[in-house]
Amino acid sequence: MELKGRDLIAYRAARFLKDGDMVNLGIGMPTKVADFLPEGVEIFLQSENGFIGIGPTPSPEEWDKDVVNAGGQPSSILPGGACFDSCMSFGLIRGGHVDATILGALEVDQEGNLANWIIPGKMVPGMGGGMDLVAGANTVIVMTDHCTKKGEPKILKKCTLPLTAAHEVDYIVTELCVLHYNGEGLVLTELAPGVTVDEVIARTEAKLIIPETIGCMI
Amino acid sequence: MAKSKVVSPSEAAKLLRDGMTVMMGGFTNVGSANKFVLEMVKSGLKDITLISNDAGNDKFDGIGTLICQKRVKKLIASHAGLNPQVAVQMNAGELEVELVPQGTLAERIRCGGTGLGGVLTPTGIGTVVAEGKQIINVNGKDYLLETPLRADVAVIKAWKADEFGNLVYRRAARNFNPMMAMAADIVIAEVEEVVPVGEIDPDMVMTPGVCVDYVVKM
Repeated sequence: MELKGRDLIAYRAARFLKDGDMVNLGIGMPTKVADFLPEGVEIFLQSENGFIGIGPTPSPEEWDKDVVNAGGQPSSILPGGACFDSCMSFGLIRGGHVDATILGALEVDQEGNLANWIIPGKMVPGMGGGMDLVAGANTVIVMTDHCTKKGEPKILKKCTLPLTAAHEVDYIVTELCVLHYNGEGLVLTELAPGVTVDEVIARTEAKLIIPETIGCMI
Repeated sequence: MAKSKVVSPSEAAKLLRDGMTVMMGGFTNVGSANKFVLEMVKSGLKDITLISNDAGNDKFDGIGTLICQKRVKKLIASHAGLNPQVAVQMNAGELEVELVPQGTLAERIRCGGTGLGGVLTPTGIGTVVAEGKQIINVNGKDYLLETPLRADVAVIKAWKADEFGNLVYRRAARNFNPMMAMAADIVIAEVEEVVPVGEIDPDMVMTPGVCVDYVVKM
C-alpha cells in the first residue's frame, strides 16, 4: 500500500502512540488515526463528554441514545469502558492521565502555539474541550494538511487567529514532514518519501531548525 | 418516610421566572431535559441566562429550542456551533454569548455548588480566555483563577430517580448534571423512570436526593 496525503499523516501520527496509552482524538481527520495503529498497540480512546473506551460507530438499530462521541455522533462503548461526569473527564485531561491528544489546526506556529477554535466574524463554534486538551494532555500532536486548500502556509511564524493554547504543541504531522517543537523552535525531524528539505521550507512560513540527520516518515 | 418529590411537568415549569439564570445539563442534547424544555417554552419563560455546555441544535428537539424561540438573553457555554441560531442572534445583538472552555465550565459549576471560591486552571493561559482574569503562580506554574457559577434553577436529566430524588445517570448522559444538581437554588430533574425509595442501592446513587427538589417523569 502506498501511503500518501491524509493516510500518511494518520499513519505517522499513530506511530507516536504506545501500547496502553489513553488518547483523545479530535473531530474529523484525527479519528483516522485509529485505523492506522501499529500491530500490538492497543490504546484507550477517551471521549471528553464522559467515557473511556470509544467503540465502533453503531448501526442505527444498535445505537444507544445515551452514547455519543465528543462530536455528538452515535458511538459505542467497548467492554471494559468507563463512564463519568465532566469534572472527572477534564480532571483526567488536565491531570496528566491523557497520554496524547491528536487534533487538527487552522494555524500553528514556530512558538508551539495552536489556533483551531475560531475565525472571528466567520465561525463561532466555541472551544469546547479543545483548550483543556491542548493545555492538559501530556503530548499534543497536531495533524494537518501542510498548506491551506489555496496553497497558503498553515505553519506560521506567528498565529494570526485567536489561540487555543500557547506553547503547548509537541509535534506537527503533515503530508510532507514531521516537525517537533522543542521549546525553542520547530525542528524538521522527518520527511515524507520523495520530499526534500527545500520543498518543506518553500511551503512553510515558520523558520525551521534543520538538523544534520532527518528521518523518514515511513 | 420522606415526602415524594415527584410533580407534574406543568407544576415544575411554574418554578421558573423570566430573567432567571438557568443551568441545563447535557452535551449535544444527550443528558439534557429535552422534554421538560418544551414545558419551559410553553410556559412563556423569557429573558433567561442559560448556562449549558452547548446550545443544542436548531431542530426543535431539545434545549436549542429555547434559543430558537428567543427566550435566552445570555448564553454561557463551551460550544455553540451545532445551533446556527446562536451566531444569527449574536450578530443581530439579540443574544450575549460567553464562551468558556468545557473543563473550566464544569469546574466553575462545581465550585458554585461546593462552597469553593474558585479554581486554578492552566486552561486558557495565553489565550483570549485569560483576558481580565487573575493569573496566580503556584510552584512556578501559571494558572487562571476561574470563579464559581451558580443559578436560580438547574434543570437536569437523569435516567432513574427514586421518589426522594436520588439519581442514577446512564452512559454519556451524566456530563454536567451532577455538578449542576449542587449549584442552583432550585433543582428540577427530568427522569425516565421513578422507583420507590429503597429500590436504588445507596452505592449506585450518583446524585444524592438531598440535592434534588423536584422530580418530573417524562
